[in-house]
Amino acid sequence: MNVKEQSEIRRKRAIAIAIALALLGVSVILFSLNTGSIRISPVNVIKALFGYGSPEETMILYEYRLPRIIVTLLAGAGLGVAGAVFQGVSRNSLADPGILGIHAGAAFGLMIYVSFFRAMEGPVTLMIPLFTLLGGTGIAVIIFLLAYDRYRGLMPIRLILVGIAIEAGFSSLTLLLSLRLDENTYAFAARWLAGNVWGRDWIHVWTLLPWICVFMPLIFYRSRILDLFALGDEIAAGMGSAVNRNRFVLLMFAIALSCASVAMVGGIGFIGLAAPHIARRLVGAQHRYLLPVCAMVGLVILVTADTIGRSFFQPNAIPAGVVVAAIGGPYFLYLLFHKKKTSL
Amino acid sequence: MRKLEGNIVYAAWLLAAAAGLAVSLFVSISYGAKELSLTTVWSGIFHYNPDITSHQIVHDIRLPRILGAALVGMAFAVAGAIMQGVTRNPMADTGILGVNAGSTFVVVLCFAFLPNLSYSALILFSFLGAALTTVVILALGSLSPGRLNSLHLTIAGAVVAAILHSLSTGIAIYFALSQDLAFWYAGGVAGVTWEHLRILAPIIILVILGAVSMGRSISFLSLGEETAMNLGLRVQYVRFIGLAIVVLLAGASVSVAGAVGFVGLIVPHIARKLIGVDYRKIIPLSAILGAILLIWADFAARMVNPPREFALGAMVSLVGVPFFLYLARKERRSL
Repeated sequence: MNVKEQSEIRRKRAIAIAIALALLGVSVILFSLNTGSIRISPVNVIKALFGYGSPEETMILYEYRLPRIIVTLLAGAGLGVAGAVFQGVSRNSLADPGILGIHAGAAFGLMIYVSFFRAMEGPVTLMIPLFTLLGGTGIAVIIFLLAYDRYRGLMPIRLILVGIAIEAGFSSLTLLLSLRLDENTYAFAARWLAGNVWGRDWIHVWTLLPWICVFMPLIFYRSRILDLFALGDEIAAGMGSAVNRNRFVLLMFAIALSCASVAMVGGIGFIGLAAPHIARRLVGAQHRYLLPVCAMVGLVILVTADTIGRSFFQPNAIPAGVVVAAIGGPYFLYLLFHKKKTSL
Repeated sequence: MRKLEGNIVYAAWLLAAAAGLAVSLFVSISYGAKELSLTTVWSGIFHYNPDITSHQIVHDIRLPRILGAALVGMAFAVAGAIMQGVTRNPMADTGILGVNAGSTFVVVLCFAFLPNLSYSALILFSFLGAALTTVVILALGSLSPGRLNSLHLTIAGAVVAAILHSLSTGIAIYFALSQDLAFWYAGGVAGVTWEHLRILAPIIILVILGAVSMGRSISFLSLGEETAMNLGLRVQYVRFIGLAIVVLLAGASVSVAGAVGFVGLIVPHIARKLIGVDYRKIIPLSAILGAILLIWADFAARMVNPPREFALGAMVSLVGVPFFLYLARKERRSL
């Protein structure tokens, strides 16, 4: 079997898996649309989507359920891809924007936004991702400065350790800041940190959508560069890649993607960790296939987690981040001790 | 001669710390929503008269809470010191390694499912949670092939803590315990009463006395397992007792104050800087310094935005995080 045939097989496999995941995603979304305090049967959901439902059902779907689910699926996809980029660029299989503390920075940015504008609705929400991005970038700079060793470069384990600590510190700072505002903001910040999907209006969809639409294709376009990173800095440089510039650009894109996503769904960790690992098992390490599959896996995980949090736990829905952490945390531990033998 | 000098330094620091503790106690009792003069505080404590309002404030509101903060600070600091010695990990702390989170998790479960539990039963459950998490984390550590790597253990502990914290949050939200949400997020000593103290104080003080008597063995253990064995130490036995002390202290503290991290990390390092590596001295000094740290952290948490309270744990981690980062950069230096 020659190389061409092999790559052909891989391509077919990737397409088959993508189709399967897409079907899974659609069914999860339909199921999620169906759950809530008022149940609507799947047939009626589809009817209402195409404009043939009863006015009541149409209103529930379009005004309440649909925006929330679109926010969730966009954010899930964004977090999955961001995680893949983090792992690819740092060659660190434990990297995740949540664990690295980027989300804590985003939370801090969000609090600064709230103290300035004091509005979570209306057109001014379009500014939210800018603030979370600012916070996330600030944290990223701090973490990379602290984890950088003059002789040994960026040390993966130290990166995680510093990330965990920074996360604890900035979460406290965020709570401190939110306390200065009022009681509701404090409760909001506390819930946000636990990973609560709070974006549920169309304006939140419009806030998130452009970020996903811009940065996702920009990252996909660079999938070949990500493949080169896997070979190591020296080889990547030898293959003609401007290693440092590309690393910086890709990291910025990934931070933008994850900060915009968590701005709407709260500090959800472990998706950016788990999605790339699952995707790698499914389609291998080639980023051309890996990235889209990652997006789908992230989408399925987050929509499922949100649905579980909303539907199984009535009447007080638990945040999606709790569901994700309950499953993703043990997975992280497994990876931590499993991978140790090979390389870290 | 060197030894004598060391002992004098130690005695001097111990005295200074005790004086600092006394000052902290009085100052933090006298300031608050209503300011009281130091003489009022003095007479409120030693000549308590239930008919005077300011005496009531001192006796019923401020004193239990501040004694609670002091006891919890002592317990966490000593637990951290022992954990650092036993696991030979300079970044060990009951908060970072997830012991507090395990204890909190079980306490939250109790609040959700057994709301009318008496305080003494709650403390037992809290011990149980701390013990289970300790076992899980050490098992995870020993599962990893090769030497027990302190960095991996720290990360594993942090992730276990994150999972349990997340689950506790979920339970608190689901069962609408959110009026106490701040407590579950980051701890606090606002709710400590005399009834709590009557159970808590004997446990913590006895266990700390036990810990002080273990000081010599833990100093040996901190030299490394082989050295300790050559010095005639029963390594497994000492390690087991040490961890049991950690579990008791963390469990007792969490049951009143919630998960307060970083105390056990910072304080032993400061003690070590002041008086050297002998755990016979580190443990008592850590106890007093831990009490001072938490009294001031609680003071700050009360004063930052009165009359509302700020989460105590978050207050401590504002100081603790930079310290942890400093240690993480120096992690290869020995204990």
